[in-house]
Amino acid sequence: MTREITLSKAVNEAIAEEMRRDPAIVLLGEDVAEAGTPFKVLSGLVEEFGTDRVIDTPISEPGFMGIAVGAAMTGLRPIVDLMFGDFLYLVMDQLCNQAAKTHYMSGGKLKVPLVLRTNMGATRRSAAQHSQSLQALVAHIPGLKVAMPSSAYEAKGLLKTAIRDDNPVVIFEDKLMYNDKAPVPEEEYLIPFGKAHIKREGRDVTLVATSSMVQVAEQAAETLALEGISAEIVDPRTIVPLDEETILRSVRKTSRAIVIDEGHQSYGVTAEIAARISEKAFYHLDAPVIRMGAMDVPVPFSPALEDITVPTAAGVVENARRICRGELVHAA
Amino acid sequence: MSAARSKKKHNTDDYLRMYRQMVRIRAFEDNANQLYLSAKMPGLTHMYSGQEAVAVGICEALTPEDKITSTHRGHGHCVAKGANFREMFCELLGKEEGYCRGKGGSMHIADQANGNLGANAIVGGSMGIATGSALSAKRLGTNHVTVCFFGDGATAQGLWYEVMNMAALWKLPVIYACENNGYSEYTKTDEIAAGSLTARAEAFGIESFRVDGQDVLAVNQLAQRLVERCRKGEGPFFIELETYRYHGHHVGDINRDYYRSRDEEAEWKKVRDPISNFGNWLIDQKIMTADELVAIDKEIVSDAEAAVKYALEAKYPDVREVDMHVYAETAAWGETQ
Repeated sequence: MTREITLSKAVNEAIAEEMRRDPAIVLLGEDVAEAGTPFKVLSGLVEEFGTDRVIDTPISEPGFMGIAVGAAMTGLRPIVDLMFGDFLYLVMDQLCNQAAKTHYMSGGKLKVPLVLRTNMGATRRSAAQHSQSLQALVAHIPGLKVAMPSSAYEAKGLLKTAIRDDNPVVIFEDKLMYNDKAPVPEEEYLIPFGKAHIKREGRDVTLVATSSMVQVAEQAAETLALEGISAEIVDPRTIVPLDEETILRSVRKTSRAIVIDEGHQSYGVTAEIAARISEKAFYHLDAPVIRMGAMDVPVPFSPALEDITVPTAAGVVENARRICRGELVHAA
Repeated sequence: MSAARSKKKHNTDDYLRMYRQMVRIRAFEDNANQLYLSAKMPGLTHMYSGQEAVAVGICEALTPEDKITSTHRGHGHCVAKGANFREMFCELLGKEEGYCRGKGGSMHIADQANGNLGANAIVGGSMGIATGSALSAKRLGTNHVTVCFFGDGATAQGLWYEVMNMAALWKLPVIYACENNGYSEYTKTDEIAAGSLTARAEAFGIESFRVDGQDVLAVNQLAQRLVERCRKGEGPFFIELETYRYHGHHVGDINRDYYRSRDEEAEWKKVRDPISNFGNWLIDQKIMTADELVAIDKEIVSDAEAAVKYALEAKYPDVREVDMHVYAETAAWGETQ
């Protein structure tokens, strides 16, 4: 049976199902218990699992991140709730110097099975410190896995996999998608890491898109279809590990690629994927690979400014049209 | 040794083990220093010599299942918690048989079989890990205690205050053990620490203690008491241990007149050396003779030298190991347990 549920509900279900299955799982973070987080994603969990397992912490991100690392090394499987992705900067030492490296530095003896759930996404009028999409920051660090669900279906299946993974996993939920509904099976399912999903098949251009950018790509593909341009959409679902093979197979077929991600464009996820396509499918390409990330500016508050900083469907359509016509998007 | 005299329950085996463990640490460090000076060791390392009574006094109060977290100056903790010379020297030299297959080195030795969750090259970096280990113990009902070793320099890290707050709120079985050796790297601790360290922990409602870190029996007695209280759910605790680092911040910090005098170093070695003071006490108490202690020292030095020789000849990891252990293999995502 499949029903439509919100992304928020999907996350809640994934956690509840896993906590019922495995008593070693604990949830900790700011306002995760009675408050159920500011986005109400975790509502009801403390009632079922109690305050021993759903643990409200002080506003001490490095502290509770560090505690989660130690707990993960010694038998618990913590899920850390980081209220805003922007707070990643606060936990960088514990996440990147400790969690990410412990397995390697110990020659494989110690494991850190933890999940850091956090969010991303601009256009919520939250300004520069509550709007960032910082997935590239953690994807850069060997030892971390990074998942980016594009709908309620992916959110549930990827989170369940993340919880069962024996490595530190960072999962980014787009906070603007918490109320978006999608069909989600009632039966248990998991989505494996490193397996991209072809969201839409096409032949003229490949749109590699992450998280909410999949929706942007879908809108663009609809418009392009009306103009006779057939776009294929590839959702990597996890950027570490990255299913390079599926992306390359698509590009070899379409000969054109646009990579869309809401992180800053420079040194970003789009740059990495575009580089791999250029390195490994160069002779199949009919046009330079186009990157579409967020503008390289702090996210501005004013709606008049904020909306132009992120990739849009209109922007994707324009770039796709031009490369399909053989025009150069960026002057050479 | 007044604290020691007040308690006669220790048996000779305990005393001897503590003596041996302190001598083992000193012998390990003397050899590690020589490896550096003779350019046989990659990188550099931080000597624990002078602080032996801290690691031994505390670790002798723990079971192998109890956990510790260690620091960049961590060889003493590692030995005291039960590690072998051979795997330790192999790790220092980057060899395959090292505790971490040569991937960690001096600053990241972990020996989880003996409850050592690892040294840490970020000052204060393991304070969260230790506190999380105590959360596991409480949540899983294992009754294990975790000791978080750190230096006075680490008290300047904000992380400590965050995790102490949570440890106190959640009554976690963790002991924060600050080895105050008087120097925060190359700077006198007086210049970097305002007020009192014990008062900082007390501000969170954490019972705090100061002890002579050169007196292994005093350290051990306090540690035993606090470990037992932790097991009864009375933790967390804080201990400030007054001690001294014989070497510089690291083995290459040789010309250190600009931050401390040779007279000061000589005075600590002469008057407050934890090993010779404890040895003299054992002789005074007629538990051991001077000759017996010399024989123990010789045997340990010879063990250490044999382990060094072994490690120097041991093989490096195969280059194919370079990308092993970046990620742990997960048994089965897709199957319910």
